[in-house]
Amino acid sequence: MLDNINLLVLAPLLNIQLLLDGLFIGAIFALAAYGLALVWGVMNVKNLAQGEFVIMGGYFAWYAGSIGIHPILSMPVAIVGMFAFGWVTYRLIISRVVDKDMFISLLATFGLAIVIQQGLNLAFGPEVQIAESGFDTKEFFDGSVTVATIKFISFIICIVLAVAVVLFMKKSRMGQAIRATSQDARAAKVMGIDTDRVYAFTYALNCAICGAAGVMISMIWVIQPFYGVPHSIRSFVIVVAAGLGNLPGVVMAALGLGVAEQYGGFVFGAELQQVTVVGLLLAVLVWRQVQMRRNRQAVQ
Amino acid sequence: MSFSQREKLTYAFLLGFGILGPILFPAYTFQIAVLWIMVLFAQTWDTMGGQMGYNSLGNIFFFGTGMYICAITQVGMFYDVGVYTAAHGADKAVFTDTQYYIGLGVGLLLAALGSAFLAAILGWTVFGLRGPYFAIGTLAIALSAGELIGAWEWVGGGGGIALPVYPGSGDGKSEFFYVLCFASAIATFAFLKWLYTTRFGLALNAIRDDEDKAEAMGVHTLRHKTVAWTISAFFLGITGGLFGNMTGFIEPLEVAFPTITFGIFMVAMALLGGKGTLWGPVLGAILFHIIKETTWTYFLGWQWIALGVIIIVNVVFFQQGIMGYLEDKYPHWFGVEVEESNAIDDQAKEATQ
Repeated sequence: MLDNINLLVLAPLLNIQLLLDGLFIGAIFALAAYGLALVWGVMNVKNLAQGEFVIMGGYFAWYAGSIGIHPILSMPVAIVGMFAFGWVTYRLIISRVVDKDMFISLLATFGLAIVIQQGLNLAFGPEVQIAESGFDTKEFFDGSVTVATIKFISFIICIVLAVAVVLFMKKSRMGQAIRATSQDARAAKVMGIDTDRVYAFTYALNCAICGAAGVMISMIWVIQPFYGVPHSIRSFVIVVAAGLGNLPGVVMAALGLGVAEQYGGFVFGAELQQVTVVGLLLAVLVWRQVQMRRNRQAVQ
Repeated sequence: MSFSQREKLTYAFLLGFGILGPILFPAYTFQIAVLWIMVLFAQTWDTMGGQMGYNSLGNIFFFGTGMYICAITQVGMFYDVGVYTAAHGADKAVFTDTQYYIGLGVGLLLAALGSAFLAAILGWTVFGLRGPYFAIGTLAIALSAGELIGAWEWVGGGGGIALPVYPGSGDGKSEFFYVLCFASAIATFAFLKWLYTTRFGLALNAIRDDEDKAEAMGVHTLRHKTVAWTISAFFLGITGGLFGNMTGFIEPLEVAFPTITFGIFMVAMALLGGKGTLWGPVLGAILFHIIKETTWTYFLGWQWIALGVIIIVNVVFFQQGIMGYLEDKYPHWFGVEVEESNAIDDQAKEATQ
């Protein structure tokens, strides 16, 4: 472990490599986390199936690649397909748990996550897959820092998608309705907003965002039916750290988490990379509690 | 009262099944022992989730720690643990009969106490969290514990530990552990039955109903929550030690900290039976185990999908569980007298007066 830290000090270029990798992957985490923040903030549903939606989107790209279409072209299909999937899921399951106690939504989406994992496993098999983008790898600093072109492309797509979602939320009628519902569902209903439809749209939008994120994950990283759980946990870490309805916070937390994970994986070894994520979640929760405790007035 | 009669019948049936089961179906002894372990899971989860309203997704943490503490004690009392685990069972370490039984006894005791101790410590950090944050925080604890143990070479790392071999025949082993599992399930049930009638049990229910009001009424909530978690960890520690010895080989991710199998099963079982009731977890565990074994046997490959669908259907359409349903349908079974037509008569009387 100390050797690895020494290596970082001796070879500063390695830091740039880790930093870049972290930022590129963090941008994708930001998308999924924003979807979770949306669903959580608007509907008060804690979606534990977030990571599974990401992996589902990834399989769109992988399947496109395996039948000879460039994986990036599968993105519109993935977005539309996941949107439809989210709508159906909302109608079947989520609509019945929206107004229930919050643990119910957590468990229902956990059940959904199990079903999706196993469905993917039965459909595509348990192998670790990657969607080949076929782009070359750029080298900087005489080859000591390498970045695949696809990472640049996915970073740009992330920014475009994020801007599109933000504009949608600000300008469109549906976006305004979603924001109104998140502020006060009852008042929105009184004003003639069909809140049920807003909820369905929000959940479907979340699925679509996750699907787009998954397409990129499958090109610059790997997908496997059971790799959804870490993605869910990442989304939760980011949202819990940033708070709801705080878009800049979500972006910063996501990029930070991406970098922290790369460093954690490098310093502690790849098998502890996941512990870094979970450990960060615990750290954030404990730190938030200490913050809260300062404001607490009851005698303990 | 008809209720006590019904209760007596249930006791008689369960005791009869517990005692006669392995005698009539010797091939299923291991399976029925696992059933009692499932009952233990559901009961200990319900102390927190049902009675106190704190839905933990990470109670499996104490199962795993209990298992590891028990295993390390059993080995460590007579051998060097690091050497034993490094060999991965290559050179057979021999345990005599007395060594085995003393090791098991001390191991189970330490497993229970160690888990309870860890619960008390963790309680200070975790119980500031409420609702979904508590569920996710405890889930994170269980997940990271599995990964960390997997990276800890001294206890065998990802390769796991082979436990001392039972000094008797295979049938003798399953009967021995069957008796232990059955006895712990009964002991836990009896203890919890008593606990829920005490003032402490009422305080737990008060925390579930409204924590802030309970605190305002003078219930020391943090202390009550920590003690409740300690109790559930104590029994889970024993369960873990027993299960580790039954399987004979433990390993961090699949056996000791199976967060997404046993860890979720315990929640699903308590919900299926009806959380917050004494009998709910027991009935839920029995029903769930039967469903699970059937799907595992006849729908192999689809069993997980069946499990996910069960959880979804259970939480979405049948939240009150079996006991909750019965309580709605037949309130007089639970000593609740419903007077239907009299209420209107009383109102009429009041109106005329």
